[in-house]
Amino acid sequence: MKNGNRRRNAAVFLICAAVILLAVTASGILLEEAAVETDFAEKNLPPSNRALFGTDWMGRDMFARTLAGLSLSIRIGVLTAVVSGIAALLLGIAAATLGRKVDAVISWCIDLVMGIPHILLVMLVSIACGRGFAGVVAGVALSHWPSLARVIRGEVIQLRQAPYILTADKLGVSRLKIVRRHMLPHIMPQFLIGMVLLFPHAILHEAGVTFLGFGLSSEQPAIGVILSESMGYLTTGKWWLALFPGAALVLVVLLFSVAGEYIRRLADPASAHE
Amino acid sequence: MMLEAKGLTFSYRRGSTPVLRDISLSISSGERVGLKAPSGRGKTTLCRLLAGYDKPQKGRVLLDSRPLREYRGACPVQMIWQHPEMVVDPLLRLGETLREAGEIDKRMLDELHIEDGWLERYPAELSGGELQRFCLARALRPSTKYLLCDEISAMLDLVTQAQIWHFLLEEAERRGMGLLVVSHDDALLKRVCTRIEELPFTTL
Amino acid sequence: MEPVLQIKHLSIDFTRYERGTKRRRLTVIRDLSLEIYPGQVVAVAGASGSGKSLLAHSILDILPHNSHVEGEILYDGTLLTPERIERLRGSEIVLVPQGVSYLDPLMKVGTQLRKGKKDPGTKERYRIALNRYGLGEETEELYPFELSGGMARRVMIASASAESPRLIIADEPTPGLDAGTAGRILGHFRELADEGAGILFITHDLELASEVADRVVVFYAGETIEEARAEDFADVACLRHPYTKALWYAMPKHGFKPVQGSQPYPGQLRSGCHFAGQCETCREECLERETIPLRPYDGGRVRCLYPKEEGQV
Repeated sequence: MKNGNRRRNAAVFLICAAVILLAVTASGILLEEAAVETDFAEKNLPPSNRALFGTDWMGRDMFARTLAGLSLSIRIGVLTAVVSGIAALLLGIAAATLGRKVDAVISWCIDLVMGIPHILLVMLVSIACGRGFAGVVAGVALSHWPSLARVIRGEVIQLRQAPYILTADKLGVSRLKIVRRHMLPHIMPQFLIGMVLLFPHAILHEAGVTFLGFGLSSEQPAIGVILSESMGYLTTGKWWLALFPGAALVLVVLLFSVAGEYIRRLADPASAHE
Repeated sequence: MMLEAKGLTFSYRRGSTPVLRDISLSISSGERVGLKAPSGRGKTTLCRLLAGYDKPQKGRVLLDSRPLREYRGACPVQMIWQHPEMVVDPLLRLGETLREAGEIDKRMLDELHIEDGWLERYPAELSGGELQRFCLARALRPSTKYLLCDEISAMLDLVTQAQIWHFLLEEAERRGMGLLVVSHDDALLKRVCTRIEELPFTTL
Repeated sequence: MEPVLQIKHLSIDFTRYERGTKRRRLTVIRDLSLEIYPGQVVAVAGASGSGKSLLAHSILDILPHNSHVEGEILYDGTLLTPERIERLRGSEIVLVPQGVSYLDPLMKVGTQLRKGKKDPGTKERYRIALNRYGLGEETEELYPFELSGGMARRVMIASASAESPRLIIADEPTPGLDAGTAGRILGHFRELADEGAGILFITHDLELASEVADRVVVFYAGETIEEARAEDFADVACLRHPYTKALWYAMPKHGFKPVQGSQPYPGQLRSGCHFAGQCETCREECLERETIPLRPYDGGRVRCLYPKEEGQV
């Protein structure tokens, strides 16, 4: 066979991705103090050995700020993805199993939320919840569950008609046992992949809404804050202020979406023949 | 005991031509009824209705003059499907699937020649004949009074076919079980059944 | 005369993933050899899931990409390379697939058969072909879901015959059909063979195979265990391999007698004779040998060290 073990490659990639993301998150937390430390003797330095990503107009180290910002983004991303993932799982299963009326209500909510542009909804909820960390998490979580809920609802509806589930039911296996043993393991791959793919969305929306000034407060070293502040300095030739944080954000987002695809390759039973 | 279908009418979509129209059929304990009809005439649909998988638009399925749907727990009417690989959860070891609805009589496993090693495997690792025997063992719990066999041996080789039918006939005899045998194979129906019914044609 | 199709020692493997990252190679067909001469119907009979369809797919080079093929396939005496089969399939070599699911559900039968060609010549050719199988002009205007099982089979045979092929591969063309329709469908194949085509008839139904074919190749656990003449099935004494005999005795009309045991799954094979678990005349030697070769015997072929032994009645 000319191609290698694709599953093993996927697993290796996933481990590497997880290690990188964890390292970024941890170092960001450790560097939080350094990220806000000002040193007016060292302001506006271009990238060099002393300050890897340069410093800004207040002499803050951009490397520390970028890492701290990414760390914050990842934490918000994980939190919101988990919250909206669980909401999607519960609502999706409820819509598919609790009868027509429940289904109609939940489907209506899904359509409603999906009908409003994400960024608008995130902004509204964020303002309503008083901005800051809580506001952003609530906004992003509330706007991102519908697509995954719809996928899960569809999966469960299809699964309900699967002969092996009908047979288990006829043999007297209890409803709860059927959901736990036969349904959950089958929707788990879809669910995990959907949740991982929520991360990049959540991170980008967090950065976006913060950039627009409706999210995290400007004292926090978030990527959105960094980018929006650096806008004013870009025209004066301080390219490093936006390039490194922006590129780092794109890399993290890419890492998450490739990881999602690789998780599919590992978890999806239908990929056994790939 | 008597399994009765009274005036069953069923269509898959509301308003479309029914697959089955006003079908009545009764099977008493110990009887083995053969059902024969060309393909696409709703034999499988009839089995699904009799086993309670689908609800007919009109008509009723009665077991001992009581609607089948009122029976709780393991259904006394079990169905064996043509494709055994569809009725076992592909993500579970067979042993887990087998035991989830209660312990299985060891005698049954012996008589169907189900080896212990199979129960440690996943469904994709067994041949069709092995899986079909497994499905029989699972469906034949003590509470099972009727077995609906929908082309259960059509995809199997002749030796496995003969094995399965020998076992089933003996078992049906022993516990006075009623069988509905759906097959397109006349020789098989003649060999196995006490009575052969033909499904009336519906206009497509 | 030269065989139209010759398969020499064909083996097909699959690489698939088990749980996690473990990979496993699964041999589905092992050491298969057969020849089809013009005008001959050769049946390949084996239980479902024994990999018979893969044989058809390997000839047409439409196997999934995780498969691996060994051995040689010769068409008209020359090696059938991927480039060559691409040119020949659909014209000289045609497939009659298992069911309607192989037709495009959104395309009318007529358009689909003509592969989009609209010239009067092609139209006329397909009209004649459909007519030959009792399908009127109106059939061309139907969508595949409107065809009954028998009609769908006839449409696919018509589609195959319109190209005047030299080799027809029929993959389970009869399941789900009642005896009458199945008989008619098989009659159509016989006719095409009598017109000079070679036919590879893949089925799980040994009775049917022995009725329509000239030669029958019997499959067991992915191996050919016997190649017999169709007439051999009239008398059990003419059959060579104990499994074929067991099949014969298991037919409802011949006593419906089963032997014990079951066909092993391809991933669970031991060395030696694979039928050993079910064989009543199995000897120590059958288990000790690494492999049992397929050898010519009494006008056919058999994979058994002691063929034609009466061990069972």
